Amino acid sequence: MEKIGAVLIVGAGIGGSQAALDLGDAGYKVYLIESTTSIGGVMAQLDKTFPTNDCAMCIVSPKLVETGRHQNIDLHINCKIEEVSGEAGNFTIKILKKSLHINMDKCTGCGVCGQKCPVEAIDMFNEGLAKVKATSVKYPQAVPLVYAINKDYCIGCGVCEGVCKAEAVEYDLEDQEVEFNVGAIILAPGFEEFVPAEGNKYGYGKYKNVVTSIEFERILSASGPYTGKILRPSDGDVPEQVAFLQCIGSRDLREGQPYCSSVCCMYTCKEAVIAKEHMDQVNPTIFSMDVRAYGKDFDKYIIHAQEEYGVQYIRSRISSITEDSKTKDLILKYETEDGKIISEVFNMVVLAVGLNPPNDAEYLAEKFGIELNEYKFALTDVFNPVQTTRPGIFACGAFQSPKDIPETVTQASAAAGCVNQLLYEKTGTLITEKTLPPEIYVAGQPPRIGVFICHCGINIGGYVDVPDVKKYASNLPNVVLADRNLYTCSADTQTIIKNKIEEFHLNRVIVASCTPRTHESLFQETIREAGLNRYLFQMANIRDQCSWVHMHQPKEATQKAKDLVRMAVNKARNIIPLERIKLSVTPKALVIGGGITGMVAALNFASQEYETCLVEKEMELGGHAKHIYTTLEGGSVQDYLSDLIQKVNSNENLHVYTQAEIENIDGFIGNFKTTLIHGDRKERVEFDHGVVVVATGANEYQPKEYLYGKNPLVIKQSDFEKLINTTDDIKNKKSIVMIQCVGSRDEERPYCSKMCCAEAIKNAILTKEKYPGVEITILFRDIRTYGFKEKYYRQAREAGIIFLRYDEKNPPNVIANDSQLKVEVNTPTKEVININTDLLVLSAGIYADREENEVLAMMLKVPINDDNFFLEAHVKLRPVDFATEGIFVAGLAHCPKPIEDSISQANAAVSRACTILSKDEIEAEGKTAVVNMARCSGCGMCVENCAYNAIELIEDRRFGLIASINQALCKGCGACSGNCRCAAIDVLGFTGEQIYAMIKGRL
Amino acid sequence: MSFEPRILGFLCNWCSYAGADLAGVSRIQYPPNIRVIRVMCSGRVDPEFIFKALKLGIDGVIITGCHPGDCHYIEGNYEAVKKFELVQKLLSKLNMEKRIRLEWVSASEGNRFAEVITDFTNQIKELGPSPLSGKDLDMELMEKLEALEMAAESYRLRALVGRERKITEQENVYGEKYPKEKFDNLFDAAINNEYIRNRILLSLEKNPKSVKDLATQLNIDSKEILNHILVLKGRNQVAMEDIIENQPIYLNVMER
Repeated sequence: MEKIGAVLIVGAGIGGSQAALDLGDAGYKVYLIESTTSIGGVMAQLDKTFPTNDCAMCIVSPKLVETGRHQNIDLHINCKIEEVSGEAGNFTIKILKKSLHINMDKCTGCGVCGQKCPVEAIDMFNEGLAKVKATSVKYPQAVPLVYAINKDYCIGCGVCEGVCKAEAVEYDLEDQEVEFNVGAIILAPGFEEFVPAEGNKYGYGKYKNVVTSIEFERILSASGPYTGKILRPSDGDVPEQVAFLQCIGSRDLREGQPYCSSVCCMYTCKEAVIAKEHMDQVNPTIFSMDVRAYGKDFDKYIIHAQEEYGVQYIRSRISSITEDSKTKDLILKYETEDGKIISEVFNMVVLAVGLNPPNDAEYLAEKFGIELNEYKFALTDVFNPVQTTRPGIFACGAFQSPKDIPETVTQASAAAGCVNQLLYEKTGTLITEKTLPPEIYVAGQPPRIGVFICHCGINIGGYVDVPDVKKYASNLPNVVLADRNLYTCSADTQTIIKNKIEEFHLNRVIVASCTPRTHESLFQETIREAGLNRYLFQMANIRDQCSWVHMHQPKEATQKAKDLVRMAVNKARNIIPLERIKLSVTPKALVIGGGITGMVAALNFASQEYETCLVEKEMELGGHAKHIYTTLEGGSVQDYLSDLIQKVNSNENLHVYTQAEIENIDGFIGNFKTTLIHGDRKERVEFDHGVVVVATGANEYQPKEYLYGKNPLVIKQSDFEKLINTTDDIKNKKSIVMIQCVGSRDEERPYCSKMCCAEAIKNAILTKEKYPGVEITILFRDIRTYGFKEKYYRQAREAGIIFLRYDEKNPPNVIANDSQLKVEVNTPTKEVININTDLLVLSAGIYADREENEVLAMMLKVPINDDNFFLEAHVKLRPVDFATEGIFVAGLAHCPKPIEDSISQANAAVSRACTILSKDEIEAEGKTAVVNMARCSGCGMCVENCAYNAIELIEDRRFGLIASINQALCKGCGACSGNCRCAAIDVLGFTGEQIYAMIKGRL
Repeated sequence: MSFEPRILGFLCNWCSYAGADLAGVSRIQYPPNIRVIRVMCSGRVDPEFIFKALKLGIDGVIITGCHPGDCHYIEGNYEAVKKFELVQKLLSKLNMEKRIRLEWVSASEGNRFAEVITDFTNQIKELGPSPLSGKDLDMELMEKLEALEMAAESYRLRALVGRERKITEQENVYGEKYPKEKFDNLFDAAINNEYIRNRILLSLEKNPKSVKDLATQLNIDSKEILNHILVLKGRNQVAMEDIIENQPIYLNVMER
């Protein structure tokens, strides 16, 4: 069957959007289907994100805008899947587009309909805490910005049709069936938050001041119902004592789900910190069982919350909540670790609700013909967590298992990586490249400026005297045309603009309307179609930053609009055409590190016929996985590994270099050159490539504590795994003790190694199965069996494995005692328990080799963090990218993680890389920094200030040592320019001259 | 008629400009005195931009960027802080530091944007019109401001600003962290010196003067003036033109 170069993505949250962008950028046609009326999903609802406290809206909205306007992405909102048929490579999909009763093509998102709607209804996005109208958009920054009529609330009064100047309201608009063909499918429908059932023990629904964590998230948000003030719903008072209860609906066999929801420990801590940050009166107390801070820099965040923000942790599950009917305060009853029953009053309670599978999981499974797991999440391959049970269909994000944003983004890219592998021959086949007329030569000609002023229905025209502004604009120097339009962004106005450019020989265009953040690229596209360079454009924001914010001062607003237009004209006089330089791409990849991660990445590249070079420093491939026999879930690692190695060795596009050392890596995105020496005879090889994947892994900690290396009865978990899997040495042991967090979460390595809890439980269960008589005790600080791994923790306890928590400030003592060891355990409640054991197993953590990583980091000019792991471009949204373009990171080199996560990262890195490799040439942004060679003194300060390594010092024949900017890497932020001692650097598009012209225009 | 200040705002594209847009979408009202210039990053705001604006008689300049840690360009806003602090320190010499402000506004803080702008507008209203606006310009003040601007553009101060974070927060070329307090003292001294030197240069541009003339005009101890003159001579910015009654007369020899 013919393969199709198109992909269906179901769900347009952060996961679906990321996968769509990756695949759209790699040349596939993408159909992105969303069930609600805007994209962004849960992330767009969040106030801040852990562990960086980034503002969620700030980081997500540029990505959503990009998704919304990507020329290869077809976005369909308010949709339902009807039918799916076909097989991997060629599926036929039928969807139902439910009517919005507003014509999407005509709606400009101006919002007048929402304002005039007389019916107040409930706003889902603010989680029932604020009210919006029956005609509404989900939130102010929604993409696509179109309104929808909610038929459930609409009374059919007809007001909105009357007020809509764009004539977009069409009550009789009907549902529409759409069909398309795709080669692959990615399911990213996200999750449903757990809602405590009626009559629940927390009083949710009954007591007003008991809210869920997602409601609290909206309370925290500056764009939420209380505009960021922490108020309690019953009376709007600021709550001083706020209790956060963990594991609501998670790890709960009776009233919720048995698994761990993976994200609640961290988001709760974040909510506590942000609450404190917003209002100092708030004193957060968190009630939790284990604190599962297993991700990169998570433990540091928890410590910081306790030490800097005074967030209190109490290890307990609340047994009951009652309300003081007068004060509406809440009385919490709980048992402390040493068995005391305590009653405490709180002003507000936040329930950290877990993640359930999406409500329509079974519907989706049936339509797509995939299997679900026991909890109704997508069932996926043990080693490839994005592969569903049906070939050609992939799942990512919380639908695969509860997870946080970076892991969702990683999986989204990983799914895209797998799609690349499946459909690579078809990339570029279904997308249409626009043919554009040649650019009109305008250099040296006097500016002929056209100003188009938008009424935006009544949004601008209602407050700003647009005809007056037009008259004013037409008298400004160099303005040859001033025009006004009802909606400058509408399709017919684009034609008008093009015609006027021709008629008046315009060589600069200004649109005075809304914000360039959402509309600049649309107008740039229009003038480019008329033959003008797209940078010969300026926007004046006379709506969002003028008419809307000075509604009661029409005179001043009109004056401001004139000033803004004049400033834009001043700048427009100084703007010049800019070129987007094109750089060729060498369609080859370099993968550093021959462990599972590196091999998966290399094999994916190679199977897409990209020539790939895989470099391993050891004699043989396999890395860390050589010492792992099974996964917790029962996958055979050794079988997987040998199969992988065989595939790697037999792929003709893949060159494997073992005993290899990289001497040098030169170049930049698309054009790298690497020199390495390899093998016994130290042969030198040179390799040109377009991208680099760093998969150098990490090492197992060699314990210095607990008599390791001094007493043969003390061994590492990995040694124990080998013993239990390959020998019967354990048979004669009566008692085994395991100690967790050896070399993890201490002063030297303050992070969690993420995999040790699962490893210990895996080996303990296996031992118990083989030798039921052995007593096994696991000494731990927190058991971090996140997600579905929780099942095995429960299974271990049921099998009689003893879990005993030790005081982290007072770790166990080990004393040699003839043929046995005595382990003295200090519990958190200051008890001392002695255990005699035949074998002590240390769960040694993972560490990154500082020296090795520093050498590579220096060569690639990429950063490493305090713990010596490589530091990605953005912790949340660019988890496998480096800030320096064309270089990616995956696996343990990034931070400790289990095999399946490493494999996802490997495929994700490939997907990100394919957005480059799939192109013959890449276009650099035109608005970049430029150096005036005559003025540059070569001091090198800009080199240090550049966050993207885009500047280097070069020796020029005429000017000596000077700074040189690589346009492919420059992002145009201007940090270099503002610091330059010699005023030698300017930023195209935002030059000093242009900005001075605007400053002067302010007068 | 009440005083309506002319305010200029530099907003970073990714957070603050979006925050300002959100204020609009949410119809949160604030005074109409601000005119916004969009820049990609607050780190782009060259100290020179602020001086140019103030010299034109603009009453107040506000810069807003992403909250610390949120910068779209990783660390541009930290650069913005350093540049801003420089300008603020310089302007404090003329008691004009309250006419500028740096604030963090995120994309979801439409309310906060309106609050910040309202507050800043009120602050400028209280301060009254810029002494450099209107018809009767205070030429002495203008000259002082010009001296500050030249100081801000000087190699020395820009080099200190550009390296401050690296040497006080990470490490200097010796692998040491230079104490912040020591750096601040050094920086303050440098600001003061460069300001006075530029005032001397501006004064000597009009006509040649002796050390004592300068001391009287600038109201600074003559010994200090002499030290500055020696430095400026070393930089080939002033030269001795003549000696009259045992007093050397100095001349500005810079090309402008």
